[in-house]
Amino acid sequence: MTFDWHFVLATLPAFLKAVGVTLQVGAIAIASSLLVALVNSAILVLRAPLLRPLVKGYVELARNTPLLIQLFFIYFALPAAGIRLSGFASAIIAMTFLGGAYLTEVLRAGVEAVPRAQIESGLAIGLSRWQLLRHVILPQAGILSLPALFANFIFLLKETTVVSAVAVPEILYTTKSYIALYYKTYEMLAVMTALCVLLFLPLSLLLARLERRLQHGQFGA
Amino acid sequence: MASSGLELLWVSAPQLARGAWQTLSISASSIAFATLGGIAYGVLRQLGKRWLDVPLRIYLELFRAIPVLVWLYLLFFGLPIFTGLSLPSFWCAVLVLSLWGASEVGEVVRGGLQSLPRGQREAGLAIGLSAPQLYGQVLLPQALKRITPPTINVYTRIIKTSSLAVLIGVVEVIKVGQQIIERTYESLLIYGFLFLFFFLLCYPLSAASRVLERRWSHA
Repeated sequence: MTFDWHFVLATLPAFLKAVGVTLQVGAIAIASSLLVALVNSAILVLRAPLLRPLVKGYVELARNTPLLIQLFFIYFALPAAGIRLSGFASAIIAMTFLGGAYLTEVLRAGVEAVPRAQIESGLAIGLSRWQLLRHVILPQAGILSLPALFANFIFLLKETTVVSAVAVPEILYTTKSYIALYYKTYEMLAVMTALCVLLFLPLSLLLARLERRLQHGQFGA
Repeated sequence: MASSGLELLWVSAPQLARGAWQTLSISASSIAFATLGGIAYGVLRQLGKRWLDVPLRIYLELFRAIPVLVWLYLLFFGLPIFTGLSLPSFWCAVLVLSLWGASEVGEVVRGGLQSLPRGQREAGLAIGLSAPQLYGQVLLPQALKRITPPTINVYTRIIKTSSLAVLIGVVEVIKVGQQIIERTYESLLIYGFLFLFFFLLCYPLSAASRVLERRWSHA
């Protein structure tokens, strides 16, 4: 068994593109998930009457079903209802559906973790609700949520591998197509593994550091 | 439409049940192996031996950093080339999910053990308990309340992630659903069913985890 370096070099441009697609899908999904989560957690924290059960239902549904089913539902089942989406669009929507729910939970937990005394003190010195939110709750909730937010960003970036199932040309899809076309299984698996390690391992290690750091950083409790 | 939909589900029930059984088998065996492996990992990490810590941390970081689907491809496509052996896709899925699950459960167990007061361990040693007695009768039972809720969450993640087995060709519930769609074009109905199937498996578990977490956080 020899390792065909020429083949690897020849496929390198395609794989670089694939890394770009992975990052693109990941970045768009993370940004839109964050947006969904901000709106949702505002609804939860402000206790909006009709919307609150809706948000809770959504969070439970999204968190208790696999991304693959969400993705297949959007890509394969929605066309039966007249909604036809590309693989890329399906991927973004499915990942936002999943990520929005996870990040909603993170932000809600962050707000809940702000010590009550902070809020009471804020009210006691006469801050308005908006000032309280802006100067007391959000800055602390933000910091408290940071490790979990970052962990979920990495989680979402790793989940982009699943969207290879609807022909989004990211790293895994590219690997699989080259294996199917040229039978260069050995080389392609090596490239796939190398790219994933290069992409995800540093982030994963960074997260571990961040978690250790912020464990000790606390506001007056 | 509604009656024909229910009829289709009724007619397909035996086929769907066979697929569901495969999904459940993959999940259940992976959960069992992940639990055993995770306890072993947690205890071994707790011993604080350098020659154990280094390989275990490498194992942890690799399974944390590399997505499960990548591991599935590596094993399914790679094993035949590197070793000449090929593992049936069902067992590839079980092996990968078990190893990944064990790393997740393992970190939970390690954290749970670490959270116990030092005195417990020292007292156990002082009265002359052996290591299996110390862990089996003193440390693990006490850590159980901290370990159980997050471990149940890992179980739901294993069940959800077992869906990826369809991508290496296991004929489980999703694959069976796709076969029915090929025949009947009832994609909304079948994917609706699959949504419900996974939700009904995972929701009770995550709800139980939340209840236990709340109840035991004051203990």
